[in-house]
Amino acid sequence: MSEQNTDIIQGTLDMLILKTLSLGSLHGYGIAKRVEQITQNVFKVNPGSLLTALKRMERAGWLDSEWQRTETGRRAKYYALTPAGRKQLAIESEDWRRRSAAVGRLLMAEG
Amino acid sequence: MTRLWRTIRSGVVNLLRRRNADRDVSDEVRHFMEAAEADLIAQGMAPEEARRAVRLEYGDDLAAREDVRQYGWEGWTDALLCDLRLSARNLRRSPGFTTVVALTLGLGIGGATSIFSVARPVLFEPLPYPDPERLVSIDGRGDDGTSVQSAFGTYLELADRSRTLEALAVFRPWQPTLTGGDEPVRLDAQSVSAGYFDVLGVHPALGRGFEAEADRPGGPLQVILSDGLWRGRFGADPAIVGRTLQLDGSTHMVIGVMPRTFENVTAPHARAWALLQYDDTPVSFETREWGRHLDMIGRTAPGTGVTDAREELGEIAGDPLPDFPRPEWAALSRGLSVRPLRDATTADARPTMLVFLGAVGLLVMVTCANLTLLLLARSARRRGEFAMRSALGAGRSRLARYLLTESLLLSTVGGLLGFLFAHLGVTMLVALSPASLTRVDAVGLDGTALAFALGLTTLVGVAFGLVPGLHRSASRPQHMREAGPGLSRKNRTSRRTLVVAQVAMAVVLLVGTGLILRSTQRLFSVPLGFQPAQVLVLQVHGTGLPSGDAATHGFFDRALDAVGSVPGVVSAAMTSQLPLSGDADVYGVAVTDGNDVEGANGPAHRYAVSPGYLETMGTRVRRGRALAATDVPEAPPVAVVSQRLASRLFGEGNPIGRVIQVGPPRPGGYTIVGVVDDVKQTSLSEEDLDGVYIPAHQWHWADRVRWMTVRVAGDPVEVLPSIRDAIWSVDGDQPVVGAQPMDTLVTRSEDRRRFVLMVMFAFALAATALAIIGLYGVMSGMVAERLPEMGLRAALGAPRERIVGLVFRQGMMMTAAGVAIGVLGAAAAGKTLTTLLFEVSTLDPVTYVAVGTLLVVAAGIACIVPAIHAARVDPARTLKAD
Repeated sequence: MSEQNTDIIQGTLDMLILKTLSLGSLHGYGIAKRVEQITQNVFKVNPGSLLTALKRMERAGWLDSEWQRTETGRRAKYYALTPAGRKQLAIESEDWRRRSAAVGRLLMAEG
Repeated sequence: MTRLWRTIRSGVVNLLRRRNADRDVSDEVRHFMEAAEADLIAQGMAPEEARRAVRLEYGDDLAAREDVRQYGWEGWTDALLCDLRLSARNLRRSPGFTTVVALTLGLGIGGATSIFSVARPVLFEPLPYPDPERLVSIDGRGDDGTSVQSAFGTYLELADRSRTLEALAVFRPWQPTLTGGDEPVRLDAQSVSAGYFDVLGVHPALGRGFEAEADRPGGPLQVILSDGLWRGRFGADPAIVGRTLQLDGSTHMVIGVMPRTFENVTAPHARAWALLQYDDTPVSFETREWGRHLDMIGRTAPGTGVTDAREELGEIAGDPLPDFPRPEWAALSRGLSVRPLRDATTADARPTMLVFLGAVGLLVMVTCANLTLLLLARSARRRGEFAMRSALGAGRSRLARYLLTESLLLSTVGGLLGFLFAHLGVTMLVALSPASLTRVDAVGLDGTALAFALGLTTLVGVAFGLVPGLHRSASRPQHMREAGPGLSRKNRTSRRTLVVAQVAMAVVLLVGTGLILRSTQRLFSVPLGFQPAQVLVLQVHGTGLPSGDAATHGFFDRALDAVGSVPGVVSAAMTSQLPLSGDADVYGVAVTDGNDVEGANGPAHRYAVSPGYLETMGTRVRRGRALAATDVPEAPPVAVVSQRLASRLFGEGNPIGRVIQVGPPRPGGYTIVGVVDDVKQTSLSEEDLDGVYIPAHQWHWADRVRWMTVRVAGDPVEVLPSIRDAIWSVDGDQPVVGAQPMDTLVTRSEDRRRFVLMVMFAFALAATALAIIGLYGVMSGMVAERLPEMGLRAALGAPRERIVGLVFRQGMMMTAAGVAIGVLGAAAAGKTLTTLLFEVSTLDPVTYVAVGTLLVVAAGIACIVPAIHAARVDPARTLKAD
């Protein structure tokens, strides 16, 4: 295991999940794997926080879920974005861009 | 909104279908893990290795499942339910602890709530009338500065001259007999002037109030009923107004019914009101209009208050006008006493209620101390349990939550018990309390007090249940070994302090109770001046007889003869007023030479009696003779005086043969023929007025209401029916009421002090029991803790007595310290009891010694058991155990 910090930045997990699901519905592990792949293993998602976050977002109305049979015959829960989720993704992405630009400018000035 | 709804709905679904929800969570987590493994295997990893790698990367699936499960409010609720189940199981497992804690809580909460509920109206609440701060009570002042009642003439003058008072009223108690039903009933009622309800600012709910025009001699006889009487006796008849009632044999018309909420603070038991109908232009000072037998209340005008009224009435009192002549005995030369009505009505009860509050305060403190002791002991015993729990992974907050749940569960049980006790307590207090002591009608279970007591005890429970537990949970799992009841030194000291404090508070309560008990004993041993045993008394009303003294005397004489021949009756007699019955029939008595009055006119109780009265009551003749059958109307008028009256009038001189005037002057006066013992008329504790006995036939008029006193050979109650029949055989229409053994009257006359005694006794008992339980608990805790040491001592050859002595001494040291502090506290607190005591010093040594002894003995028993337990220790076992 690498010594690099792989904790998800506080508050960004929701955005990462929303972004991931905007490309199509996925089950829990699929989401985790996609996040890891896209971020090239910068972020690691542990199942406890992921599934809790999914529950919370479902209650917020951003996600829909459905139990399906997988190829191996297991039950798996698939999550998909709702229109409200799409809206939320737009809000969070915009927010993120604004913040990271601000932090970026600050770091440049310091440098 | 939809979000809230979704949250609630899915939460409820999860809670109701917990098993399904659990399966979903574990399926999802498992799927996650398996998918990860499959991924790695697909990359070429061996299955075993893949599983290991996944565990390493994502952690344990059990932990993940717990994380997800605890999400949301339903997760939280679920954990709470689980804690509750666990707590309930734990409490059930130690039933002794649970019972003692619940009872302690119940006692504290119940006691505090019931006493506060009863005391609140007296101590803290305004009177239940509009603008209650404008109500005043007005009294005259006697020569010694005490309050005395007012004359109707004074009322007339004040009503005319005062500008500050917008309404003024006078009233007196009245006990009419209500006839017309199955049995005649004696009612508590009031005779009032027309403005009485205007002063209070309350008006009948049904019908109308009194009108001034009716309030004159010969005016229409009207009555207003209380809601209770209307409902109880007349079935809440909506057409009651306009109907007539027979009160004291006269026809009264019902003109109104008071509202259900009306509380009559001047006479809480009064159930009917009629007009005084005094003459507002009294012809002379000799009339009843100038007798000082009325109470007066007033309402000040808006914008003015008690102070203004006091000032103005003071000026009026000091400034007599020719238009308002005053007799010498109502000259108002000492001014008038003007007090808020609230103070006047609660003045009597206040000291008692304060004592009750103090006592209950002590009880609550003892309760809290006891709770603390119990919880400290328990948390010490559970040290091992908590170490075990934290070793198994329970976090600090999880433990705290569990402890909190347990504390709250305990206080809920205690609170319910407390509510029950409070309810019972209030009901009992209201049923038993004498009317003079409480505003009974205003008493209700006080929610604030209940909440306060519950809050306080819960706080104690949480503080002492939680803090040590938390402290423990911070400790490392290696403390698991310390499953024994080990205690830190600090902890031990605080427990000892608590025991000492408990004992001290119990001593204070016991001393208070002891002092009141001694007072009561003293009271019941004061000489009454008569022999109440085997005497039956009953009040006979001749109010329905044809008018004329001859008819009245005739009826009573014949009734007396009839009763005298009833089997079992030793002797029977009549009197116009009876000791300790509440009667107060007072007339001025002065020495005369037959024509002119010599010296001052002092008050004395007047008894118009039949010849055998003094003998029947067992009142001892000290000089001369008692009244005899020969003292007939035609014979020279004679009187028998009490010892006190004799010495007041004649000092050391011989009173026999001297002449006195009693009440309205009579030509020739009454010649004194005998001197008898002083009789307690008003109460056992009060220094009584003088008494004068006059043959009923020689008095100015024939009293129409008389008490019959009958000395019987057997049980008074058994003879009662035949006595009643004998009276009714003479005239079946005359009411006979208030029949009871004279003993009962004597006991009842002190019901207030007995009530206080009972309440204090209950408190003292509870506090002492708690203190002894506390002491026992601490002692057995200490013994358990020091078992190894005791074992070692025994192993080294210490004799058993030494070990018993060691433990015993320790307990008795705490007791001694507690008793010493308690005695100091009791001595300091004793002053508050002064008004409740009778001929007992607040430092009464007998009480202090008795209380000290009682506690030492009780404590000794509580200590000896653990001490013997300590001595029985098997050295081999304790040594091996550690």
